[in-house]
Amino acid sequence: MSTETLEAPVVKEKEALLSKRRKKFVTDPLNDDNPVTVQVLGICSALAVTTQMKPTLVMAISVTLVLMFSNLIISLMRNAIPTRVRIIVQLAVVATLVTLVNEVLKAYAYDMYKELSVFIGLIITNCIVMGRLEAFALGNKPYDSMLDGLGSGLGYSWIILAVAFFREIWGSGNVFGYPVFEAIGIENFPTNGLMVSPVGAFVVLGFIIWVQRTKTGYVEH
Amino acid sequence: MDLLNLGIKSIFIENMIFAYFLGMCSFLAVSKKVSTAFGLGLAVVFVLGMTVPMNWLLNEFVLKEGALAWLGADFATIDLSFLRFIMFIAIIAAMVQLVEMTIEKYSPSLYGSLGIFLPLIAVNCAILGSSLFMAQRDYTIGEATVFGFGSGIGFFLAIVALAAIREKLKYSNVPDGLKGLGITMFITGLMGIAFMSFMGISI
Repeated sequence: MSTETLEAPVVKEKEALLSKRRKKFVTDPLNDDNPVTVQVLGICSALAVTTQMKPTLVMAISVTLVLMFSNLIISLMRNAIPTRVRIIVQLAVVATLVTLVNEVLKAYAYDMYKELSVFIGLIITNCIVMGRLEAFALGNKPYDSMLDGLGSGLGYSWIILAVAFFREIWGSGNVFGYPVFEAIGIENFPTNGLMVSPVGAFVVLGFIIWVQRTKTGYVEH
Repeated sequence: MDLLNLGIKSIFIENMIFAYFLGMCSFLAVSKKVSTAFGLGLAVVFVLGMTVPMNWLLNEFVLKEGALAWLGADFATIDLSFLRFIMFIAIIAAMVQLVEMTIEKYSPSLYGSLGIFLPLIAVNCAILGSSLFMAQRDYTIGEATVFGFGSGIGFFLAIVALAAIREKLKYSNVPDGLKGLGITMFITGLMGIAFMSFMGISI
């Protein structure tokens, strides 16, 4: 490192588009540093939309896109934002992006828009978005920030898809609206109403956290 | 009577935490001690009670379709409802700032105990969520105020109860992987079942 300090900018420029360091931005949040199960962020929407897989997938894609682009925009503006008003600036950027997502959904997927109702708007106050902006985008280069946003978004996505999978298959016997149990010949699958209710979400997420933390060996004190 | 019903509904039946999962982040993060949970709960009741009626006024006279009719006939067709998110969050952030400054000036002791939580309230989903629900359900100003306070009180009850349980939980032997967030999720689920028993109550 020390011998190359003078040439550091040149070396940086040559860094591969997906170098090892950058790959870590994407892979870390998937498991070891998962935003939902380890950092305890973004639980609100992780539970609210997960009764079925389809709206969950739409939600996951929306959150990932908002995360990537808000990270990119804030990172581009990071040297121009006075620290005192940074929360307002962040909220303005995120709210604009979420409005865009909302309008696109309204135009091209109206049923989905009706189903998700206020929860698209609540991406604004999703703690993952604000957390990543505060912790990463304010101090890192645009491309790195975008990768970080992608990583956190994917980490969030797989957790909510897992919750939705269990809730939908036990709550209504479907996967993506396709009746799995009927297809394999079990006609009267006893669906569990508790899984569709909020209580099911808490319990399923509790189990996922338990399994995931036991595997990674993370212990909270 | 309708207002009383709406109040009870928003506190117990459609509880922000147990029915809509709103405000979960601070619900989980600030529920380790009863005293701090109490402080945050009070601040949320206050901010919700103020911002929902404020946002109602904004929605009714500026954002809704045809809301600008009071400016003249030319403005009657304007629909600004796509600006809802950004305007609501601006009002909330401004209100939180205002509340913070007022409390700091007139009651330094309360400010001392709430201090760090006040700015965090701006990004609490329960606050923005209530305003969005209010706009979606076409409440009147009276209903909006009751709904705001009701959701706040619901959140307050939930967070204080959870904090009390978690204080006791410190002395229990919980498996390593379940410590902290995991066991809290299960407890919240059980509390949710308890709150389900309020379903169907009306006066």
